[in-house]
Amino acid sequence: MSIELKNVSHVYMPKTPFERLALDDITLTIPEGVITAIAGHTGSGKSTLIQHFNGLLKPAAGSVLVDGVDISRKSNEAKTARRKVGIVFQYPEYQLFEETVAKDIAFGPTNMGCSEEETLERVKKAMEFVDLDYDKYGKRSPFQLSGGQKRRAAIAGILALKPKYLVLDEPTAGLDPKGRESLMDKFRKLHKAQGTTIVLISHNMDNIASYADNVIILNRGKVTLEAPPAEAFSKTEVIRQAGLELPEVKSIMNELAANGLAIENDAFTMDKAVQEITEALRRAGKC
Amino acid sequence: MLTDITLGQYFPGTSPLHNMDARVKIVLLFIYIVAIFLFDNHVNYGIMTAGALGAVILSRLPVGMVLKSIKPLWWIILFSFGIHLFSTPGEPIFKVWNFAMTREGIIQGFIISLRLVLMIMVSSLLMFTTSPLKLTDALESLMSPLKKIGFPAHELAMMMTIAMRFIPTLLEETDKIMKAQQSRGSDIGDGNFLQRAKGMIPILVPLFISAFRRADELAIAMEARCYQGGVDRTRMKQQRLHDIDFWAGGIFALFLVSLIAVQIIL
Ligand SMILES: Nc1ncnc2c1ncn2[C@@H]1O[C@H](COP(=O)(O)OP(=O)(O)OP(=O)(O)O)[C@@H](O)[C@H]1O
Ligand SMILES: [Mg+2]
Repeated sequence: MSIELKNVSHVYMPKTPFERLALDDITLTIPEGVITAIAGHTGSGKSTLIQHFNGLLKPAAGSVLVDGVDISRKSNEAKTARRKVGIVFQYPEYQLFEETVAKDIAFGPTNMGCSEEETLERVKKAMEFVDLDYDKYGKRSPFQLSGGQKRRAAIAGILALKPKYLVLDEPTAGLDPKGRESLMDKFRKLHKAQGTTIVLISHNMDNIASYADNVIILNRGKVTLEAPPAEAFSKTEVIRQAGLELPEVKSIMNELAANGLAIENDAFTMDKAVQEITEALRRAGKC
Repeated sequence: MLTDITLGQYFPGTSPLHNMDARVKIVLLFIYIVAIFLFDNHVNYGIMTAGALGAVILSRLPVGMVLKSIKPLWWIILFSFGIHLFSTPGEPIFKVWNFAMTREGIIQGFIISLRLVLMIMVSSLLMFTTSPLKLTDALESLMSPLKKIGFPAHELAMMMTIAMRFIPTLLEETDKIMKAQQSRGSDIGDGNFLQRAKGMIPILVPLFISAFRRADELAIAMEARCYQGGVDRTRMKQQRLHDIDFWAGGIFALFLVSLIAVQIIL
């Protein structure tokens, strides 16, 4: 199953001088069980796009299907489908509001109608997952946490919903490199352990290169590329046009290839690149 | 969507009305409204209507939008029309129970409604063609003579400017927070009054926190730039009168003279 968008368009402030076509006839599929990355320049419509996944925004035209169910319907079936998608917004820490961290994380599960034990269980699991100690932080006010901790608490609030599809809008924006890496590793762990489908919005192509199984590139509200990373990163022109850079590793490999090193040149992660280069050197009899 | 209303009233454009100095617009508007209530000659109503329509055309706004500005006050207009219809003494043409609808009543009701419509139309024309920032600047400059008697014109204008500046920001923020909480399954606008009030908490708390944070940041930013209210401040955009303002003043004077002439002669 999957999230499917069919000819989706979205217009902000229609029928005013500020009218803006943010999404233009988008058709794409987010396959289940893999990590899909969405990249694009600022204002290309990434945030607008993901808000269609759980019906926060209604398309001006076209339809959105989650596991085959059209989520724009009023039926209970559609409601269940919408709840399969959990979105972590850009700067999610601004959604915190409860007296304590634990209560805030419990907000989602309680709304879903989980029992008290079930809720507590989920809160503990979610906090453990984001490395916030329940006993230490559970009873604190969320406003006493540091920025990074707030971010993790907010993410735990979505994880407690146990979404089948987890959508992350620039989850690491504003974090330090170490925090960034540990957070990304957590998402990967979640993906491995529970098979959660992850949609990751990111500007950072290196990040995308090391985590994604599937890359979607948006350019001015249009999908200009939808492919696995190896194929995606070979289309330099499309990526440049979308206002993005190739991953660092990939551009180094391109340079090497251009300068005559006989590599296969389909590596875009560090490990793979090292392997390719040593192989090429060995073949050339240099080591 | 919530942010659809952020633009408030201003409708950007380059028409002569947009280009006029906001102070001139405010003064002319003020005189026009006084004129509406001063002159009661039927020919004059025609002239004033023509003047208002002329301004609408000059503003190059979609006519439908200007007409829509009357909509919120539609009931008041209808109500006052009805009152005058039945309460004006004169030649009865129609009787409902004890109340007589008179010929004079129809005329009087029509005139009152016309006055209201004209007033709303020209006032919204000012809002449509003037950005909030220019509007507060103009108000400050018009109120500045009052500074002599200790009236805090600058501070008042500054507060208005800041408030207006942050309306779209806060609406955007509300929209964001609402979406975030909806994604966590909160059903805003469901259930009875108490449930709905409770449903507001997850939105209001983050909103207030962010509003206070923004206010704080703004205060620090202003202080860091050594902001001091009022005295001897110069402006980035000087308010200066241009040809178009003198033209507008001239045309308006002619308009006023013709109104007075008609009033005296007829
Ligand atoms: N609430 C809104 N009202 C009007 N226009 C909007 C609104 N939100 C976004 N837009 C416009 O729609 C376009 C797409 O915005 P969107 O937020 O989806 O971009 P994005 O790809 O997420 O950018 P970023 O990388 O900066 O987050 C932008 O040009 C933006 O100006
Ligand atoms: Mg965005």
